[in-house]
Amino acid sequence: MSAMLIMAAGTAVSPVVFQLTIFVLAVFVGYYVVWSVTSALHTPLMAVTNAISSVIIVGALIAVAAGFGSGEGISTWAGVAAVAFCAVNIFGGFLVTRRMLAMYRRKKR
Amino acid sequence: MTLSADFAAVLYVISAILFILALRGLSSPETSRRGNMYGMVGMAIAVGTTFLLAGLGDLAVLLVGLAIGLGGVVGALIARKIPMTDMPQLVAAFHSLVGMAAVLVALAAFYSPDAFGITGPDRIRIKAYSLVELALGAAIGAVTFSGSVIAFAKLNGNMSGSPILLPARHLLNFLLVAAVIGVTIAMVLSGGAASGGGVLIWILIVLSLIVGVTLIIPIGGADMPVVVSMLNSYSGWAAAALGFTLSNVALIITGALVGSSGAILSYIMCKGMNRSFVSVILGGFGGDAATTGGGDREQRPVKRGSSGDAAFIMKNASRVIIVPGYGLAVAQAQHVTREMADALKAEGVDVAYAIHPVAGRMPGHMNVLLAEANVPYDEVFELEDINSEFANADVAFVIGANDVTNPAARTDPQSPIAGMPILDVDKAATVLFVKRSLSPGYAGIDNDLFYQDRTMMLLSDAKKMVEDIIKAL
Repeated sequence: MSAMLIMAAGTAVSPVVFQLTIFVLAVFVGYYVVWSVTSALHTPLMAVTNAISSVIIVGALIAVAAGFGSGEGISTWAGVAAVAFCAVNIFGGFLVTRRMLAMYRRKKR
Repeated sequence: MTLSADFAAVLYVISAILFILALRGLSSPETSRRGNMYGMVGMAIAVGTTFLLAGLGDLAVLLVGLAIGLGGVVGALIARKIPMTDMPQLVAAFHSLVGMAAVLVALAAFYSPDAFGITGPDRIRIKAYSLVELALGAAIGAVTFSGSVIAFAKLNGNMSGSPILLPARHLLNFLLVAAVIGVTIAMVLSGGAASGGGVLIWILIVLSLIVGVTLIIPIGGADMPVVVSMLNSYSGWAAAALGFTLSNVALIITGALVGSSGAILSYIMCKGMNRSFVSVILGGFGGDAATTGGGDREQRPVKRGSSGDAAFIMKNASRVIIVPGYGLAVAQAQHVTREMADALKAEGVDVAYAIHPVAGRMPGHMNVLLAEANVPYDEVFELEDINSEFANADVAFVIGANDVTNPAARTDPQSPIAGMPILDVDKAATVLFVKRSLSPGYAGIDNDLFYQDRTMMLLSDAKKMVEDIIKAL
């Protein structure tokens, strides 16, 4: 990773700036991708964005590991609770989206 | 099995790409189902990678497994059982969970900073920028949580949809936000829990929870599509902020995607109502129907009709455009409406559906309900695609919609909805208006359409009226 952070001039870019670059580019990607979503599918869009934003479960898993590692009970239990909430969202979000999308049908000809 | 950090980073990028493809798939119903599959695979990769990377012990794996199992079963059951009319509440509830998860992860990072790799050289004090990211994630997460709980209560009918206006609410909100910023600065100065700043994050969370409540309670029921979209956006920004804390690319990219998605939906909804985002957020619009309009309103002559009249008119029409609104969802009339359309088609009538961008309580709400009722999506048209067709239609059948058809938006510059794009149902040869009573819509304004010669009011519960029309056909 660190090799990527060295600019041509040889000065290191701080990780925060690097992450900010990714963030800004992702906002642009999101902007163009979401404008191309047909308005008929705006409700499934909200349901699936809900599911994918639960990728925060990544942080929750790290929290559980960190809690066990540091012996900090708050971190462990906050992590476990967050994992459960994210799981509701991930399963609920993707499955309800699938259920909705299965209903969209073309005219029978 | 352990994973090198570089390899894990590549896997996170792959899952982020799959999430982008999941959203990209939604550009048409045919590609959407595969897109959703990409999303699921992306999530599995992200979770699996973290499992291998985090190095969880046996007890931790057991706890996490239980949490995922329990949450997964609850989520799957909800997804299977939820009626489509309740989607707005469900989405609000899901947003609240994302918000809560963000708060909890921020708390964990705050109390175990070294394990999260966000401490400075002394391995005790948290780095200043990490504290700012953490505080942002916790604050936005808390606002998302409490705001979504209020939105859920309003959408689910646990709470009135009318705006609740606190005295000096703008000043109050300003002071609360200023306090949140102040506490964030204090957190940065304190350097975290280990160096004496432990209580600060709790103050930050409580203040942010209050902001979520005071932000959403003044917003009326008809503005809920904007609120739901806005909270969608917030849940994304909260995830992105924590992505910075965790230096996790998947979280940063996903948060940015979701954040911009919600922001675009809010923009589309505001444009559909010709309102500025700021005026929606400041609140106070709608729900005060009883106080506006004079007593003379009820005295104006209205042409009423029966289900038999409506059936006769539509049977002899060659083109009928159905305009559904929130009332259709409330009355659960989507299935009978499709049956009516089938009966009309059997009589040789051409049937289409016209959907206003803000019909219902969330973006795309009506489209999902019609899809549920097996209405083919190529019979359903958006405002800009069908508005010119009303002039050629014999009948506009308005069911459960009101303000989005009000010609005052075009003709009366003084009207609260002036300039709002509306469906030009008044241009159809006959307007059939299914409505429970002559009361005005959420904007609290009278609809001149009711009193036109060409309009026939069908005053009844939407579902019952349509059932009666089917019998008469």
